[in-house]
Amino acid sequence: MNHPDMETFNAFIEASKASKTKRRQAPSLQVEDVSLSYPAEPNALQNISLEIPSGCVTAVIGPSGCGKSTLLRCFNRMNDTIDGCRYSGSIFLDGANILSDGIDVTSLRRKVGMVFQRPNPFPKSVFDNVAYGPRLAGIRSQRQLDEIVENALRSAALWDEVKDRLDAMAGNLSLGQQQRLVIARAIAVEPEVLLLDEPASSLDPISTLKIEELIYELKSDYTIVIVTHNMQQAGRVSDYTAFMSGGRLIEFDATDRIFTNPSERATEDYITGRVG
Amino acid sequence: MQGRQHISAQFAAELDGIRSAVMEMGGKVERQIMLASEGLESRDSGPAEEAIAIDRDINRMEVEIDEQCALILARRQPAAGDLRLIISIIKLTTDLERIGDEASRVARLVIKLASAGGADPIYLHTAKVARHVSSMLREALDAFARMSVSAAVRVVLSDKEIDEDYRNGLFKLTSAMQQRPEQVEKLLDHMWALRSLERIGDHATNIAEQVVYLTRGVDIRHLGNERLENLLD
Ligand SMILES: Nc1ncnc2c1ncn2[C@@H]1O[C@H](COP(=O)(O)OP(=O)(O)O)[C@@H](O)[C@H]1O
Ligand SMILES: [Mg+2]
Repeated sequence: MNHPDMETFNAFIEASKASKTKRRQAPSLQVEDVSLSYPAEPNALQNISLEIPSGCVTAVIGPSGCGKSTLLRCFNRMNDTIDGCRYSGSIFLDGANILSDGIDVTSLRRKVGMVFQRPNPFPKSVFDNVAYGPRLAGIRSQRQLDEIVENALRSAALWDEVKDRLDAMAGNLSLGQQQRLVIARAIAVEPEVLLLDEPASSLDPISTLKIEELIYELKSDYTIVIVTHNMQQAGRVSDYTAFMSGGRLIEFDATDRIFTNPSERATEDYITGRVG
Repeated sequence: MQGRQHISAQFAAELDGIRSAVMEMGGKVERQIMLASEGLESRDSGPAEEAIAIDRDINRMEVEIDEQCALILARRQPAAGDLRLIISIIKLTTDLERIGDEASRVARLVIKLASAGGADPIYLHTAKVARHVSSMLREALDAFARMSVSAAVRVVLSDKEIDEDYRNGLFKLTSAMQQRPEQVEKLLDHMWALRSLERIGDHATNIAEQVVYLTRGVDIRHLGNERLENLLD
């Protein structure tokens, strides 16, 4: 019974389970009556209310300019950096209204990671990109950093491809690898929510599938919101879908339902490619 | 769905093409049943032979339509109403093809019966059931063309009448068999024909159920009649 190989094997299984399962319940995002205006676009978001469930993927779809990215930027207060942008309403995360004045925006952004359309690694090594957040958070021990970087790269399904060139410049990786690196960088600070704004739109089909597979792997540990203009992608990766149009939320429902039998005619027209 | 144009005119044309192919296939199947019933009324094997010949077209159309559907699924990845249209058409062609098989079976029996000779009111009863089934099928196809939920539900509810026709026919046939045992073989052929006609009624019901799914996205296959009646307007 106690064959040494078996023990090694069991230990390996236990270790890999431990490293994979953070098993904390990610919180949901409750959006209540959020409206937002830019100087040139007074109705960028109009009375948006929805509850983005935890531990699954919510896709936001809609024609370009309908406010998808704007809504996403509400979740980490990135809109605060835009001149003349005003908003109202509340978004609850872990019981706190993240739109209220008293919130610590820096720690909010640590809790809510964001990945953009074009991979934007820092002009640093692979290792330093991932270690950037943890170092900023005050972690100095090399052993601890090594561990964090390895775990984050493994979670981002990139470790095997870069483990022998952690010192290489991030810019030398392929675009698809860079995007997974950026996701690893976001994961390294142990966020609760991951925001992905068209994360695969500059990638080839294989890299796109890798990102989608990664999203699937990550969803049990994070609350994931993905903006995508690719409807089939929304259908493949998400559990829930929000359809927006003209700054309004038109329909929010299980993706299965949205793609087979949506309630709103506007949603049907959009996903079947019709005009009114 | 009607009235709102696809941005891709090409896709719209493909869907329209498939829809009319289904209607054409349905028309052929309907004609088969009518021919079989004419043959019964006139005791003439000509129409029945024509009905059997049509079956080849029907088989070919089933394959062609299914291929078109597979191409659309692969290349267009249809969603929502478009997806339901493709799914229901794939099922519809199966039912239509089976109806074609049953109709051919009836036609072959008609050829046998035509040569059997001897007037018998049972011919008229079987022919009447054939007309009844054929009009049920026409209504199911019409519900499909107009995407009318209430027309489709009426078809589903009318299947009872065909079942009733079938039971009456069986009763007539068993008493005729007792009275005229020497004609058992001929009477059994009528029984087989009635049985095929009853099955055609079931397939027409399936088609009508698909129309409701296509139009509303709800599956009514296993709903009771009271709940079905709520769908009538
Ligand atoms: N930084 C900005 N400054 C001013 N207007 C903006 C800014 N970002 C977006 N907008 C406007 O807000 C609306 C919604 O934009 P956005 O959220 O980017 O839409 P989407 O991501 O759905 O394409 C658009 O009319 C856009 O022009
Ligand atoms: Mg955007």
